[in-house]
This record gives sequence, C-alpha cells and structure tokens, in this order.
Amino acid sequence: MIFPWNRRTATLMEEAADVEGRSLWDDAMRRLRANKLAMGSLYTLGAIIILALFAPLISPHAFDKVSFICGQILAPPTMAGFHPFGTDGAGRDLFVRTLYGARISLAVGLIATSVALTIGILYGAIAGYIGGVVDNVMMRIVDVLYAVPFMFFVIILMVVFGRNFVLLFLAIGAVEWLTMARIVRGQTLSIRKKEFIEAAEAAGLGRLQIIARHVIPNVIGPVIVYVTLTIPAVILAESFLSFLGLGIQEPLTSWGVLIAEGKDELETAPWMLIFPAIFMAVTLFCFNFIGDGLRDALDPKDR
Amino acid sequence: MSVAEAMPAPTRELVLTAQDLSVTFDTPDGAVHAVKGVSLDVAAGECLGIVGESGSGKSQLFLSIMGLLASNGAAAGKAQFKGADILNLSPQALNAYRGQKMTMIFQDPLTSLTPHMKIGRQLIEVLTIHQELTRGEAERRALEMLEKVRIPLAARRMNQYPHELSGGMRQRVMIAMSLLCDPDLLIADEPTTALDVTVQAQILDLLRELKDDLGTAIVLITHDMGVVAGICDRINVMQHGTFVETGTTDEIFYRPQHDYTKMLLAAMPRIDEPAKAGPDIAPPDTVDTDGPPLLTAQDVKVHFPIRTGGLLFGQYTPLRAVDGVSFSLQRGETLGIVGESGCGKSTLARAVLQLVTLSGGSVVWAGADLAAKSKPQIRDLREEFQIVFQYPLASLDPRMTIGESIAQPLRRFKPELEPEAIKAEVRGMMVKVGLEPRWINRYPHEFSGGQNQRVGIARAMILKPKMIVCDEAVSALDVSIQAQILKLLLDLQKEFGLSMLFISHDLSVVRQISHRVMVLFLGRIVELADRDQIYDDPRHPYTQTLISAVPIPDPVKERAKVRLKLPGELPSPLDPQAGLYFMPSKRVDLPDPPPASFEPYQPRLEEVTPGHFVAEHDPYTPPQT
Repeated sequence: MIFPWNRRTATLMEEAADVEGRSLWDDAMRRLRANKLAMGSLYTLGAIIILALFAPLISPHAFDKVSFICGQILAPPTMAGFHPFGTDGAGRDLFVRTLYGARISLAVGLIATSVALTIGILYGAIAGYIGGVVDNVMMRIVDVLYAVPFMFFVIILMVVFGRNFVLLFLAIGAVEWLTMARIVRGQTLSIRKKEFIEAAEAAGLGRLQIIARHVIPNVIGPVIVYVTLTIPAVILAESFLSFLGLGIQEPLTSWGVLIAEGKDELETAPWMLIFPAIFMAVTLFCFNFIGDGLRDALDPKDR
Repeated sequence: MSVAEAMPAPTRELVLTAQDLSVTFDTPDGAVHAVKGVSLDVAAGECLGIVGESGSGKSQLFLSIMGLLASNGAAAGKAQFKGADILNLSPQALNAYRGQKMTMIFQDPLTSLTPHMKIGRQLIEVLTIHQELTRGEAERRALEMLEKVRIPLAARRMNQYPHELSGGMRQRVMIAMSLLCDPDLLIADEPTTALDVTVQAQILDLLRELKDDLGTAIVLITHDMGVVAGICDRINVMQHGTFVETGTTDEIFYRPQHDYTKMLLAAMPRIDEPAKAGPDIAPPDTVDTDGPPLLTAQDVKVHFPIRTGGLLFGQYTPLRAVDGVSFSLQRGETLGIVGESGCGKSTLARAVLQLVTLSGGSVVWAGADLAAKSKPQIRDLREEFQIVFQYPLASLDPRMTIGESIAQPLRRFKPELEPEAIKAEVRGMMVKVGLEPRWINRYPHEFSGGQNQRVGIARAMILKPKMIVCDEAVSALDVSIQAQILKLLLDLQKEFGLSMLFISHDLSVVRQISHRVMVLFLGRIVELADRDQIYDDPRHPYTQTLISAVPIPDPVKERAKVRLKLPGELPSPLDPQAGLYFMPSKRVDLPDPPPASFEPYQPRLEEVTPGHFVAEHDPYTPPQT
C-alpha cells in the first residue's frame, strides 16, 4: 500500500537534495573552517565577548565601586576576595573594569565600523557606478576630507559639542568611511565593466536597482575583509583618543583608558598595564587573523 | 594517398613518446582523473593533431609532459624526449629540454608575454639564458627570427611593448621566441583560437612551413576540426581523458570509426556545404516580407573620443567604431553580421539596443525613432528587444541563482505577478531551453558553459521579445554544444516568429543560421546580401578574403584551397581615411594631425543585383598565398 504523503515526501526530499547545490557562501565557509588560525581566533573572540557580557554580572564587585573586601588599593592579583587581576589606584577590581572596558572598546569597534560601512558602501557604489563627473566630484570630496587631520577634527568636535560618548562613535566612523568608499568605488569600477551589469541594463533595470541588486552584493566579499581590519583600527583609535583624554570619561572605562592608567603605575603595579594590554592585543590579533582567513576563503581563485 | 602513407615508416625519427601517461588532480571533491593512461608518439617533420572538446584533458596531457601541472596535479606513466625520460623530472633537470629543445605556445599571446618588457629584450633573454650568446649575436638572431615568422618592420618591433602589437603579431612573436633555440618539438595549444580567421590562416601557414622546412615536430592541440584538416599528418581524438580514435588525417575525416569522432565531424559547421548540418539547422521560413520593417538603422554612427596627445587638456581623435551603417530587419528575419575583431559589430549591436549613445544617425523600432525617447521610455521598451552575450558565465551575476537571473526581466516588467507565478514561468522557460527545472536554485558556477548559455537565452526569451541580438552567442562553446544552441535559437524563432541580429566572427555559423548576411570592415558595411548569394558570389575583395580564410574540415579540399591575402598593413582605426583601405584612389595626403573639419570620401553601397549591396572599391585582385 502506497501512502500518498509518502510519495510526496519522497519527491520533496529528492528535490531538496537536487536543489541544494554548493553555493559560493558554502564554499567560503568550508575553506574558512579548514583555516585553523582563523577558527581559533573566532572561538577566542567569542569567549572574550561572552566574558565581557556576563562576567561583570556574576562578579561580586562593581566596576565603579571601591572594593572593601580586601581593603587595599593597588592590590596585586589575588584570589582572596576574588581579585584575579588585582585592583587599581582607587581600589576598584581590575577584572571587572577590564571586561567593562571590553564592552566599550568592542562596541566602539562594531558601531563605528557599521557607520563607516553604511556610508562607505553607498557612497563608493554610487560614485563608481555612475562615473564621469559625478564620480570625479564625489571622490574629490573624499580627498579633501582625507586631508583634514584626524586629531584636529576630533578636538574641534569635542570643543563644539562637549565630551560625549556617541560623538566618539560618529567621529571615528566619519573618518573610517573614507577608505571604505575608496575600496568600494574601486571594486565597483571593475564590476561595472562586467557583462552581467550590461545584461541587467538590457533587462530594463534602472541605475539604483542595478546598484542594489548587482553591484553591492558583488563588492561584499572584499568589503567584509576590510571590515575585520577596520574594527581593530577603530579600537586602537578609541584607545588613542582616551589615552589623550579625549575619549571615555571616568568612571566608565575602555581598554585605552585602562592602559593609560596602567602606564602611570608601571613600576609599582605592573598588572594594571599587563592585563588590559593582553586582552587588547589578543582581540586585535583575532580580528586580523579572521580578516586574513575571510580574504582567503572568499577569493574565487581558490575554488 | 595520405602524407603518412607516403612516408616510409622506418625513417620516422621519434621526438616525443608517451606510454600509459595519466594525470590526476587532487580536489576538495575527490581525485579527478584528467588523463587516463594514453600513449602517443610524434616524429620529426610531423604534425600530430590532438582534437577534443573542453575538459577532455588535452591541455593537461601536454602540460604534464612540460612539467607545468598545477600544484595539486600528479602525472604517472612514461614520457620520453628523444629517448630520455622527462616525466616528473625536477625543474632544473627539465630546463635542459623545455624552452630550447621543446617549447610550448599558448592560446592567449598577451598573457604569455611579459607586459613591461620590450619584445626585443624578451627574445634576447631567452638566447642569453640558453645559448650563452653575446648581446650582439643574440640581437641579430632575434631579429632574424622575427623576420622568419614574417613580422613586418621587425627591427622596429624589437623596441615595442607587447600591448602595442595586434593579437596575430603577438602570436608570431611567441612562435619566434619558441623557435629561437631551434627546438625539435613545438607544442601549440589552441594557437589560433583567439585570432581572426585571416590571421589564423597566416599562423597555420607559418606552422606548416616550420614543419616542412626545419623538420620541427609539431603537436597541435585544438577543438577545431577545420584547423587540423589542412596541416596535420595524424590525428588523435580525445574524450574524457582517453584517445577514442587515432589515425591519419584522411582516416579520421573520411573513415571515422568512433561515434564521438563522427559526432564532432557532423557538428562542425561547414561553410562549403551548409546543408550538411541537416534540415534542423537552417534559417526557417518565418520572414514577414510584406509588413513594415521591425527595425531600421539609418546611417548609425558611434564615435569614441580617444586621447592621442596633449598635456593637461589632451587632444582627442574620434575612433570611428561604427561609421554610417544602415540596414533594416523584418519580423521573423535573421540578419547575420560578420567581421573581424575591431570591425564594430558588437558596438553596432549595443547602439541598436541603445546601450551606447549614438554619435549620429537614427534607430527606428516598430515605426518609432528611439532617439526621440527619454531614458525611462527606452527602459520600458526593453521588454521587446533582448540580448544574449558571448561569455555565458560573465553575463550571469555570480551571486544570483539562475532562477533569479531568469526571473529578473519578469520582475521588472510584470511586477503584478505573484512569486509562485514567476517561479512557474521560469520553470516553463527552463524546460523550453533544455534545462532541468529543479536546478532553479543553483548558481552559475555549478554549470558548464553550454548550460549557462541556455540560462542566458532563457533570460532573454522569458518576456517573449520581438527581437534578440546574439552577440557571439555560440563562439565560446564547444562545437557539439554550439550545434545544440543554434538549434534551440532556430526552434524559438519558429515558435515565436522572433527576429534576430546574429553577430559572429565565424562565417560558417552565420551561413547556417542567417537569412541575410552583412559584412563589416572598420565600422562600415562592405557587402550585404542573401546568405547563399554572399558566400557563392562574393564581390568585395574583403568578403572574398574572409571566405577563403575559413578552414574547411575536409583535408582534400583544405589542401587544395586557394587562399587570398589582404593588401599591405591594415590601417589604424584612428586614421580618418581608414574607410578608403579598399579604395586608395580616393585617398588624399593629410597633415598630421588631420584637420578636424576633414571629411574623407565615403564609399557608397551599390546594388549589383537585387538585394546584393557591395561597397565601392577599386578593382583589386587579392594576391594568393
């Protein structure tokens, strides 16, 4: 006896097996998984993010309160009273502060990069695809902005609007998108010459539709790689600003602030520099290795 | 009696032998056996043809002998060069042979030459590495070799960079370079595939002379049965990594045994006997001769400004890509457009489709002048005329499934359709062009060239347009696939009464599919006539030369064929008087740069018999080679 639904399931399964095929993305994922360095970095980074999100919740200490359990400033790392990274000059637990700093640094990295990504892709794709005079004007604007010194720009922003957390994201993002726009424009120029763009034109699509459906999806590969390289650059930029006192304000903290404080106590309490520096260095390495891995994985010549 | 039979067997001095040679590639999908244990031999003064379609392993076989396999490839078996084992030798040991005693030339002569080095320096480098000649001696020898491969003005070419030479010239330089050290064996891998037919004829003549005069053994790897017919002594037919048939040229062509050989010969379009392809592949009786023309092009001009000098603001000279072309196309008619590279045939197609801006003239579509329409209006009209491109993979977005690509025009012009209805129509169209509908979610890179070209045709046909333009639509495909795609286009034409502009450099294919044929030369029409008229009674010297250069896959006919030659050097397309190449009597001497107001004499089209137009030209009898 043949159940009709059995037959239906069988054909559905058959179709699914046929339909699957191997997409570009599957291929890229397979190559990425084979890259041990990139995968290890991915797991390490995941662990840092989970720690940053949850560890301060379960730790007995608050990031902005002086810890009286130990009752000591500049305590070296000790498990008594649970200060695995020791305490700072105000007697605050460094472990919690480092992980709070991770939240800020990673948030700056991701948000500022997203700002740069959105503006850069749209700007670059439009300039590259339309070309001609439009391209010339748009890219000369980028050149002019490039010429404005970064520190000068940030200081003016701070003076005009006051020190502000959100402003930091915007300031860094507003500088990083310039490079992104250049990369996307270059990629778009080479894609614009491809026959499938001409095919889309012949199919009656307008410029914006072609940019959205054909240009942007095809520049995503190199852009993803650049993004993973931008995130560390942004984290460094924030550290640099905070180091100079233009970034995050007390009692909030970031890796840059912690490292700046640690450098002052280098001789008396080296752990204050060592632990935030290790976290930051490991994170930057992770992003760079993931970027390298993605570049190799997305390279069609490797197929 | 064939050449091989005429040569007494004992005197064959074997240059290259291979026994049970196999090549395996280690890929993420498992081992791929590209070559599965083949044996061959080539003797001095002999030309061996290796014929097969893409993926048959013909190139990998010889790359393994040259020690040039990709790093994931491994060769096994035995290969001997004049008795010495050469397979899997270290690069250092192999360099004693390759580059001097055995050399290889490739399909694309531009990528095989170093772009930043002058021709002369590249040639001299080969000599100084392999033969320890002094610079003066090497220079003399290089010059001598360039002259031997008939490069005009050889001394000047020595100081030019590869990009300054035409494709045919570059291939000659490659041949000259491979001959510098008097090799015993020359392996030519598709040496003429990227070249125009007239240039191909010259390169083949050159190879034939090498074989006869210098006694060089030649291996000619190609997919084209026409190319091997005139030059090879013996032919090995290769499929799926094995030789399915080996024999003398005459045996292969006149007494083929294996089905694959027979299929290859049958699928080969014949310029001399178009009826041989069978009744399926011939222009159908769909032309609507009484109605008004669907498309009229009137004096279409497309000029591109090319920067020719000047410092800051530059000085521009117009490149006349299309320079005054007029024709009309009826409903259900196929107009073939032929010409060599740079004749403006693709630009003409894009001008007709309004994908490039016209510099002059007009295109009238179904009674309406397209120049009067705005860009959005033309975009809305695109429903009625579509295009199929040359390179199937390049014309599909790599990040879209083929289903999405085919559906794209539907989504644009019928936005009211439900997703399910779109899917149903896409599936229906896929069946019509011979694709399995369940492949709808696959990506272009999972398909072969022929299958991707079917996707391109499905995308062009899904809106049931009134006209499609096929821009070299079958040129990148294997002959067997080419025959299938041609049949598909003809079937669609019968079903929908489609009009076609069929652009190709391949005169044999154009003869099979077109009702009328137009020959272009440097952006101008030189001859326009019915398909049989133009091939049986070509009047213009250019048409005559082109037709005589097409290789015929029939050894006896090919050897007996008289080939015509074009006079002198081809003019630069930037020369305003380039159009007077066949009419030197009307040329006038111009200062350099020519005055912008200068308008050269335009040769007129004359109707020699009803429907047969020939451009004016001076009486000229092409010299024979």
